[in-house]
Amino acid sequence: MTTLKRTDVERIAALAHLDLTESETELFTRQLGDILSYFDRLQQIDTTGVPATTHPVASAPVMRADEPRPSMPRDEALANAPDPGGDGLFRVPKVIG
Amino acid sequence: MTASSIQTIADIRAAMTEGLTAVEICAQYLERIAAHDGPLHAFTHVAKEHALERAASIDRRGSQDPDLPLAGVPVAVKDNICTRGLPTTASSRILEGFVAPYNATVIDRLTRAGAVVIGKTNCDEFAMGSTTEHSVSGPTRNPWDLERVPGGSSGGSAAAVAARLSPIAVGSDTGGSVRQPAAFCGIVGLKPTYGRVSRYGLLAFASSLDQISPLALTVSDAATLLQAIAGQDPCDATSAAEAVPAFDAALREPVPHPTIGVPWKILEDGVDPNVRTAFSAAINVLREQGAQIVDVPLPHATYAVPTYYVVAPAEASSNLARYDGVRFAYRAPLDAADADLTSMYNRTRESGFGAEVKRRIMLGTYALSAGYYDAYYLKAQQIRTLIRRDYNTAFERVDAVAMPTTPTPAFGLGERSDDPLQLYLGDVFTVSANLTGLPAISLPCGYVASGLPVGLQLTGRAFDEETLLRLGAGYERDAPWWRDTPPAAASTG
Repeated sequence: MTTLKRTDVERIAALAHLDLTESETELFTRQLGDILSYFDRLQQIDTTGVPATTHPVASAPVMRADEPRPSMPRDEALANAPDPGGDGLFRVPKVIG
Repeated sequence: MTASSIQTIADIRAAMTEGLTAVEICAQYLERIAAHDGPLHAFTHVAKEHALERAASIDRRGSQDPDLPLAGVPVAVKDNICTRGLPTTASSRILEGFVAPYNATVIDRLTRAGAVVIGKTNCDEFAMGSTTEHSVSGPTRNPWDLERVPGGSSGGSAAAVAARLSPIAVGSDTGGSVRQPAAFCGIVGLKPTYGRVSRYGLLAFASSLDQISPLALTVSDAATLLQAIAGQDPCDATSAAEAVPAFDAALREPVPHPTIGVPWKILEDGVDPNVRTAFSAAINVLREQGAQIVDVPLPHATYAVPTYYVVAPAEASSNLARYDGVRFAYRAPLDAADADLTSMYNRTRESGFGAEVKRRIMLGTYALSAGYYDAYYLKAQQIRTLIRRDYNTAFERVDAVAMPTTPTPAFGLGERSDDPLQLYLGDVFTVSANLTGLPAISLPCGYVASGLPVGLQLTGRAFDEETLLRLGAGYERDAPWWRDTPPAAASTG
């Protein structure tokens, strides 16, 4: 039986870059615990030697010639950015404190 | 044929042959949306000017141009598919204000075929959900009963078509997100084989499961729409090289002596008795048409839901990492003093994503995290293989596998919002087609006693949408449920 502790939820939230609220952490500890317990039934199946399906329909690797083509203009690519910075770049808050 | 009586692509063709213009047809649908979408909220954006301009360009070119199989046909587009110059938000706060800088391949193909994008439709945020309640702009309601959900995640697309606010629509189906709302709204939803339709420009949810999918009133219209969007695309390496058959032509040929498998054992528990009655009646119609009905076991089918809810959130947690407050639309307001990059990421994602998306990101991150990968993700991918083998075995004997699309009809708004696991269990019959990549169609097959529609799902062999369309067209001829219009629909008298 899978159990999920509050500290597990806090650890996962940090990995997922989610600044969860108190009540969300509490709610997710309960709900994700229920869902993970339900997943326990997957362990009932013997999958020894069964290959994993990574692609639902088998296909060969797709290759193409590496030729330069026009790409999206920079101003269009930046048009949706929350802080385009004005010099053709994405501006972000300071990285090192 | 008057504009107000138009329902299907065939109606539009007939009307244009009689002299109606694409602009007049477009204006008719815009009027219907203005008059009827208020209570439904199927649309998150109505592209009025864009659509009328497009329609005018079709009129200039001439509606009889044989290169325009969808000349003047309005199409509603789920809001997780990029449409150049139009909002594309996946119903998420984190993409509020995002205007797509390019078209998804399906949009380019629809445009080339003469279709007119009439608007963007509401969905569960990032296509995660089966109610269309998880939308930043509020829920879509079911045209058959405004107090019930339309299904999801493509609930806006399904409600728009059912209410005659658009003749056809595109959605995306990752675990049933087109077939389930089609069933709840009494229309046709077709998930093609994985790879049949390019995913380029679809906001990725689970890349090994997602497939852009047609919604329509009739099987014939679903076939015409699939024809327009199917085929390999250099922009999507997972799009398939398989030749695209002439689906329209195939429809006219019934499947001779089909064999249809029904997994009776898995229908014994948890299926609403009214749904089972409607499903059994549909099976009888197929039997009377000459189909041989046989039992197929599908021994791993009951593991499909937990398998899916490991795989899909795992892939989603990776795909949604890109929404970080740097490139797309939304960034959380920050306190100047302590704002560094990591807290910007964390606060943007916390306030930009809704509860269900966060739940799935958490679930997926957990399943992929160190120490759990083998027990969850790898295990699920192995069981995925076993589920596919069940279907391979079934297809040695049958042409299609039939089951109800959903175990219940549409439920009440808010009825299941506190219990995510209960909601996930409702996907029991739809997720296998995504896990296996196989094509599946949901057809309207009658009603439960309270008057809500029921869906019949047929699953076929890989790249054999033709058989599903032929069986579906045959069924529809003897059971034309699509002619019934829901109470909240535009009148088409």
